[in-house]
Amino acid sequence: MVWLRTWIVLLALTAPALAVQPDEVLTDARLETRARALSQELRCMVCQNQSIDDSDAPLARDLRILVRERLVAGNTDREVLDFLVERYGDFVLLKPPFNMRTALLWLLPPALVGLGLAILLVGAYRHRRPVAGAGALTAEERARLEKIINN
Amino acid sequence: MIAELGHYALVLALALALIQASVPMVGARLDDGILMGVAGPTALAQFAFVGVAFAALTACYVMSDFSVVNVFENSHSLKPLLYKVTGVWGNHEGSMLLWVLILAGFGALVAIFSGNLPEKLRANVLGVQAWIAAAFYLFILITSNPFLRLPDAPFEGRDLNPVLQDIGLAVHPPMLYLGYVGFSIAFAFAVAALIEGRIDAAWARWVRPWTLLAWIFLTLGIAMGSYWAYYELGWGGWWFWDPVENASLMPWLAGTALLHSALVMEKREALKVWTILLAILAFSLSLLGTFLVRSGVLTSVHTFASDPTRGVFILAILVFFIGGALALFAWRAPLLKKGGLFAPISREGALIVNNLFLVSTCATVFVGTLYPLALEALTGAKISVGAPFFNATFGPLFLVLLVAVPFGPLLAWKRGDLVGAAQRLTGAFVIALTGIAVTFAAEGGGPLLPPLGIGLGAFVIAGALTDLAERTAVFKAAPRVALARAVGLPRSAWGSVLAHLGLGVLLLGVIGETQWSAEKIAAMKPGETVTIRRYAVRFDGATTRQEANYRELVTQFTVRHNGEVIDTLQASKRTFPARASSTTEAALMSRGASQLYLSLGDVNPDGSVTVRIYHKPLVLLIWLAAVVMAAGGALSLSDRRLRVGAPKPAKRRASLQPAE
Repeated sequence: MVWLRTWIVLLALTAPALAVQPDEVLTDARLETRARALSQELRCMVCQNQSIDDSDAPLARDLRILVRERLVAGNTDREVLDFLVERYGDFVLLKPPFNMRTALLWLLPPALVGLGLAILLVGAYRHRRPVAGAGALTAEERARLEKIINN
Repeated sequence: MIAELGHYALVLALALALIQASVPMVGARLDDGILMGVAGPTALAQFAFVGVAFAALTACYVMSDFSVVNVFENSHSLKPLLYKVTGVWGNHEGSMLLWVLILAGFGALVAIFSGNLPEKLRANVLGVQAWIAAAFYLFILITSNPFLRLPDAPFEGRDLNPVLQDIGLAVHPPMLYLGYVGFSIAFAFAVAALIEGRIDAAWARWVRPWTLLAWIFLTLGIAMGSYWAYYELGWGGWWFWDPVENASLMPWLAGTALLHSALVMEKREALKVWTILLAILAFSLSLLGTFLVRSGVLTSVHTFASDPTRGVFILAILVFFIGGALALFAWRAPLLKKGGLFAPISREGALIVNNLFLVSTCATVFVGTLYPLALEALTGAKISVGAPFFNATFGPLFLVLLVAVPFGPLLAWKRGDLVGAAQRLTGAFVIALTGIAVTFAAEGGGPLLPPLGIGLGAFVIAGALTDLAERTAVFKAAPRVALARAVGLPRSAWGSVLAHLGLGVLLLGVIGETQWSAEKIAAMKPGETVTIRRYAVRFDGATTRQEANYRELVTQFTVRHNGEVIDTLQASKRTFPARASSTTEAALMSRGASQLYLSLGDVNPDGSVTVRIYHKPLVLLIWLAAVVMAAGGALSLSDRRLRVGAPKPAKRRASLQPAE
């Protein structure tokens, strides 16, 4: 077991621990599943873009244990998140809440799709109209045609 | 001496780039053939000189010349030769040198393969390429010179970051850069077209192969990076929505949109302005990616080697090229003539919908990546935008896009028949519904996402095959006729079938991995067994091993399935004394497309080892899908029509025929 001792010394100095440790895991499987799901929503605040579920940092471990303590105490998921936000601010949430500060962030993707679709639909409507009144040209079209011919 | 040679070669490359950036473009303006003719030879010479610079730095690494700062900081005399070579681009300065090498390489390729291009377009394209090259040579020479010397040469180097000492470093960055930088050609073509104020279907045909080439490399590069993170980081994730990953995803999305819109332009002369804009955007996003990674503006798990002081310089490059190109676009784009008309329900319409969703997903990634930075800079408020945000926004948009994918290829150009397309997809609908029902039954109820996801994946795959069946008439004609039609099908048609099929495969893999993975975390002592799904994993014991530049703890596991030994696994942990850091080497066992994944954590004081075991169903499909898509791209690239280039007078084409 000499290798083991040298390794413990070596690893203690350098090795990153795995994220969730065996001693953290709750015996109640349902609570543990909820804890894991919550952990993935929470940021390890000393890391770069890592959830506390993925992180090796001691702070992440503290937060994981805290989340589990609250769950065991009977808190709902919402209450656990609220508790952490109160303590650490919105920064702790990997999915920012919708408010004045994040409105643009949340609304831009659906707005873009909506705007794009609106433009396409208007274009389609404009395209269809002359087909409906087949034959005769509108004044606008006649002007365009004239322009094209004169070019 | 070698380092100084490399430095000098780089300075000469800059000088050549400046000539290439000015003389041919002036020539194009004055309609002077001799001045325009300067572009080709200078592009080749420029590539040769950057090649010399790159070879010089590589030589310094191979010889472990620690008097060069860059080698001292990133290499070690005992490192295996492969990692000495890959270490060249495992750091900021070297990776920028690789970047310009690839840029110059693409410039040289354009110079070689642009014989059929109009003289002015060629001169302008190579000129714009050279502007980009010159900016980055200046960046390297002024802020990131890899050839600097130390006054007193140390005896040993500081070694490369252990995470990077992996075959992944040999493949991932070069692939990714080939993709990023490849889009510079589409960009150069777009800017050249704007300068001339003329653009037509032939333009799209010239741009498409280059875009396709870049897209293939970017696809493979992203997939390779994902697989590397999966097996190296030790927690089994394959996509983290990390800003650096997003930086590579954005050009991919824009590039994919560009490939599709260039198709419309090539076939129907429509969407010209939009295609030009996409060509500018794809490379702008590549530049943005380079800026995000290289400036250290977001220090992330990926940013092992960056320096914030350089940020301003790259930002200036970014502003100059993106701002310049967009200004030129705003000024000249109205001059471009509108192309062919088409009904909303048509192939063109479908490709516009494709573009709408690809650009929207790209914008989602863009906003999600940069919003926290902007908000903090403007208001000081700190928020986090991570995986849950992207899953909630990017996810639905992309799923809608996937629903539309099978319809597109079945619609005719100009005026399509949506009901007819839906009728032809009947088989695909049946397969999709079967997939949903079977998955739902197997799950015994539960959440709806997995059955719907599997159904959608099956629909996309079946839809791609329907397209193929329609084109070959496999269900209508005699088998021999169908086979003849399959052989006669243009390779680009096979390419699009494969690429679309790959999307379906990707979705199956993503659903399998995210919805059905199982995980066990345990502290195991030798002789103990952990059961996960139907696999029993026994910890047999551990040994240590001394390698040239690291020590390794190797653990042995036996995997049993229904009591029978089916495999043994070796997971290890390496400690690198030069950097006092360590890496985990996960053990992987593949069964079909699923994997058993085992990685080591701490060695505990009681002699047990913390072990994390995952069962990841269908996970391999994720990367297989990327390979299928890239293969589709390669097939499409090999299409005769792209090699022959733009349509030519019949006489000329006939004379080309025998050479085929």
